[in-house]
Amino acid sequence: MGMEGIGARVARKEDKRFLTGKGRYTDDMVVAGMKFAYFVRSPHAHAKITGIDAAAAKAMPGVIDVLDGRQLQADGIGNLICGWMIHSKDGSPMKMGAWRPLAVDTVRYVGDAVAIVVADSAAEARDAAEAVIVDYDELPAVTTSLAALGDGAPQIHPEAPGNLIFDWQIGDALAADKAIAEAAHVTEIEILNNRLSPNPMEPRATLGIYDSAEDHFTCYTTSQNPHVARLVMSAFYNVAPENKLRVIAPDVGGGFGSKIYIYPEEIVCLWASKKTGVPVKWTSDRTEAFLTDAHGRDHVSKVKMAFDKDHRITALKVDTIANLGAYMSLFSSAVPTYLYATLLSGQYAIPAIHANVRTVYTNTVPVDAYRGAGRPEATYLLERTMETAARELGLSPAELRRKNFIRSFPYQTPVIMTYDAGDYEASLNAAMQAADWDGFAARRAEAERRGKKRGIGMSCYIEACGIAPSQAVGSLGAGVGLWESAEVRVNAVGTIEVLTGSHSHGQGHETTFAQLVADRLGVPISSVNIVHGDTDKVQMGMGTYGSRSGAVGMSAIVKALDKVEMKAKKIAAHLMEADESDIVIENGELKVAGTDKVLPWFQVALAAYTAHNLPAGMEPGLKESAFYDPSNFTFPAGCYIAEVEIDPETGKTEIVQFVAADDFGNIINPLIVEGQVHGGLAQGIGQALLEEVRYDEATGQILTASYMDYAMPRADDLPSFTLSHQNTPCPGNPLGIKGCGEAGAIGSPPALINAITDAIGIKYLTMPATPLKVWTALQGAAMPMAAE
Amino acid sequence: MYATSYHRASSVGEAVNLRASHDEGRYVSGGMTLIATMKQRLAAPSDLIDLRHIADLRGISVEGRSVRIGAATPHADVAGSAALRTVCPALCHLAGLIGDPHVRNMGTIGGSVANNDPAADYPSAVLALNATVVTDRREIAADDFFLGMFDTALEEAEMITAFRFEAPEKAGYAKFPNPASRYAITGVFVAKTAGGARVAVTGAGSSGVFRVPEMEAALLSSWAPESVANVSVDPAQLMSDLHATAEYRANLVRVMAKRAVQASL
Ligand SMILES: Cc1cc2nc3c(=O)[nH]c(=O)nc-3n(C[C@H](O)[C@H](O)[C@H](O)COP(=O)(O)OP(=O)(O)OC[C@H]3O[C@@H](n4cnc5c(N)ncnc54)[C@H](O)[C@@H]3O)c2cc1C
Repeated sequence: MGMEGIGARVARKEDKRFLTGKGRYTDDMVVAGMKFAYFVRSPHAHAKITGIDAAAAKAMPGVIDVLDGRQLQADGIGNLICGWMIHSKDGSPMKMGAWRPLAVDTVRYVGDAVAIVVADSAAEARDAAEAVIVDYDELPAVTTSLAALGDGAPQIHPEAPGNLIFDWQIGDALAADKAIAEAAHVTEIEILNNRLSPNPMEPRATLGIYDSAEDHFTCYTTSQNPHVARLVMSAFYNVAPENKLRVIAPDVGGGFGSKIYIYPEEIVCLWASKKTGVPVKWTSDRTEAFLTDAHGRDHVSKVKMAFDKDHRITALKVDTIANLGAYMSLFSSAVPTYLYATLLSGQYAIPAIHANVRTVYTNTVPVDAYRGAGRPEATYLLERTMETAARELGLSPAELRRKNFIRSFPYQTPVIMTYDAGDYEASLNAAMQAADWDGFAARRAEAERRGKKRGIGMSCYIEACGIAPSQAVGSLGAGVGLWESAEVRVNAVGTIEVLTGSHSHGQGHETTFAQLVADRLGVPISSVNIVHGDTDKVQMGMGTYGSRSGAVGMSAIVKALDKVEMKAKKIAAHLMEADESDIVIENGELKVAGTDKVLPWFQVALAAYTAHNLPAGMEPGLKESAFYDPSNFTFPAGCYIAEVEIDPETGKTEIVQFVAADDFGNIINPLIVEGQVHGGLAQGIGQALLEEVRYDEATGQILTASYMDYAMPRADDLPSFTLSHQNTPCPGNPLGIKGCGEAGAIGSPPALINAITDAIGIKYLTMPATPLKVWTALQGAAMPMAAE
Repeated sequence: MYATSYHRASSVGEAVNLRASHDEGRYVSGGMTLIATMKQRLAAPSDLIDLRHIADLRGISVEGRSVRIGAATPHADVAGSAALRTVCPALCHLAGLIGDPHVRNMGTIGGSVANNDPAADYPSAVLALNATVVTDRREIAADDFFLGMFDTALEEAEMITAFRFEAPEKAGYAKFPNPASRYAITGVFVAKTAGGARVAVTGAGSSGVFRVPEMEAALLSSWAPESVANVSVDPAQLMSDLHATAEYRANLVRVMAKRAVQASL
């Protein structure tokens, strides 16, 4: 593998910049004449706008202009869209209500943008925003999906009667019903997946710059996919044609999904820059982030799982309601459908599966993909059900899972996916061994003597990464293709720039992608630069989410490197008068195999650019690009085990050990992969024990809009994790890698809830398992059913 | 934050005069509460009178068993004071549980007690230790100082300068932190003082910090965890919010009281 090649534990190149405060984020960008924006936002969850009076605000010191939704509409700026079409089971298309970048007649959640104030300073803009008088006629609001579907619920969008966006299904209902009717045992459970706020460290920000000389826009933004941002802003929002719009996502401080989408602020700041003639910058504060960053999860499900007399699963039937909030965010329709229900087979051979999913509007922040996106919901549902079934059937959780594991590949599930490779038992065994599962009874007895309740729980997760291929996702309703692009530019001195259409916002591309080049060419990673996040530099790309940068993005780089190598070998063969097929690339040199003839890499690069002596007919230069469209998803999988101790006097849960055994296929940089798992586990543990967005159901006000009430995991909430890796290389891509970014967040919540319910001996416990809830359960109080 | 004028006072007298001449002015000590509130535009003082540079307001002195803590002493100094640790380690422990290192290095005991947040830690110690709140103009007994949530006996422009108390024979503090804010959902400070046993509860009461006479009586007859373990507190006088119901808080009062006594031994 070499010191810096594939598999090496290389420290991240980008960390020096980040750790010394030298990262360059959107809010760090300063351009001449730049002014500042503040958004006037709705204080109501649901109201009619009856008037906007900005006269006083416009007269305030430093104010350049105040602009509202009518002006935006008059200028032909389009509505925000959801880019994935889902059809209901009756064949009708999803019922998308209009999402105007600035509300015109109606506001639909607390935080809905109503007007933008542009001023000399952010403080003046904010002062003036307070002086904008918006008259509202308040309407009744609804915040939960169940209430939104109820009789007489407030109607949120005229396009979606009864607030129902779509009523979709997948799988075979008849087969599932038949198997359930004939089953030896049916486990029934209700599952609630709590609503989360993504909380990236860097809040969203954007800087819109209109250049009247060129009639050209530049948008700096905190985006996970700047090219998609440009595409939709051009094609749907009429901001500017693509050739007149440059989108730059510089250093981005975390996204977790929330920065995939285009939000109103980018569009409005670009438009406002043209309107006012000054560059307009907006930076969210933390409260605004809670109020406007797309939330995650919020599912309510009913589950039936059927078993035969040998404890083999014969069917799974799921009925889910997903809360999509006040508007359909960019990929919101895909999350509770193709990213969720297609994973409901888990690691198990289930002959019949049927899932029905209804999505609904509520007067809450739009809900979209958040780390894992659909797959955590599927895993939580399945693994809570499996654990409950094992308890009902009197089997050990491991035994029930072993009985049902898929063991031969490829495996076609009844819900679209074809799993390509895996060894689920290997991860299960590794995790149980690492956790000393067999010693648990003794540990529990010891804890009992200390007055503590100890429990253990497992979760066997599967996820689908690198969402693809383009043709397949297109047939399922995606508005985009899901390939990736790469360009490898070898400079005349042999240093290398790799351009990628994926985007790094914490994943470590600058290191791992350079390691790939180092591995192939034997050059040091210091001579390789990764370029991303700028539509003027990288022609096109699909960005980063769904753990796709490695499996898809690096595969594109492999293809481009193949071409570069081929050309370099041709040049070297020509210069050394050897046969092209005898040239090998090793340690930064091109050699004629079996001889002592050798040319350093930089000389071949230089030869390509001097072009003094190239093979006949060869073009000068050494630069190649490639597009890679995968043939399938990749399927990382693993087994997580949580062991907890509960203080029965307070209900507080302490995680005494957490074991993660993951199969990510081949690994480029174990250090970075471990970091990704740690981060994912922290977020999964956050979901299981701490985090939840809460609304006041009567008023629609968000109750958890700061860290005083929204509990983020801190270092001392987490144990030291025990990690291991199993490896069944992915057969579908040239590097055999599967992806690791979301696994921790997907696999950990059910392991924890299974452990806690094991410790206190109850069936139902909703996330987050706060001390209050656990203590209440311990008092013997009936736990509310999930879908109460 | 709205515009404000900043004044750095160098003596108590100067600060009090400055404050008295600005109706809409406020003292700022560590700023850990006030500045955050101003940033959220929930407070808009016209003038800030900074107390942190007044030498008399800072520092901890221990003479025999008499303790004096200046109002502008940061939590970190209280947590780390060797002299205080020898006579009242429970107070050092309490200060070390407040917020995070940044907050402990900025936030001050005077600011915390003047603010009287119902979930703050210090009020329970001041009340249980039967401390005297010394101000620029008088001395106020702890029992007379805390009037309710965010409400104290301080008059307009009155400044806390110090806290004085006799070190207790035994004292302990146990806190159950809010999972989000890490303020106290319930914190109980117990002290065996010359005047008897005192038990003060913060975080739980619907009108701020309060004493539990039944627990005090039980501890007077026997200073042992079991004495308080079964003394119940009426949930009707406790807060209910997202993080804890009144019933849960009532339970925590008992459990934390027991643990505080345990810690005092
Ligand atoms: C992230 C975070 C976590 C925290 N966690 C905790 C916690 O776990 N437990 C806890 O108890 N607290 C916590 N706090 C609050 C912290 O302890 C504050 O320092 C304290 O509440 C206020 O003290 P201060 O010196 O910062 O006062 P300031 O913010 O400066 O002032 C607070 C108020 O007191 C007034 N005031 C200040 N000094 C005086 C004086 N000498 N005389 C009269 N009035 C005065 C001010 O005018 C103002 O109204 C936390 C704060 C933060 C930011």
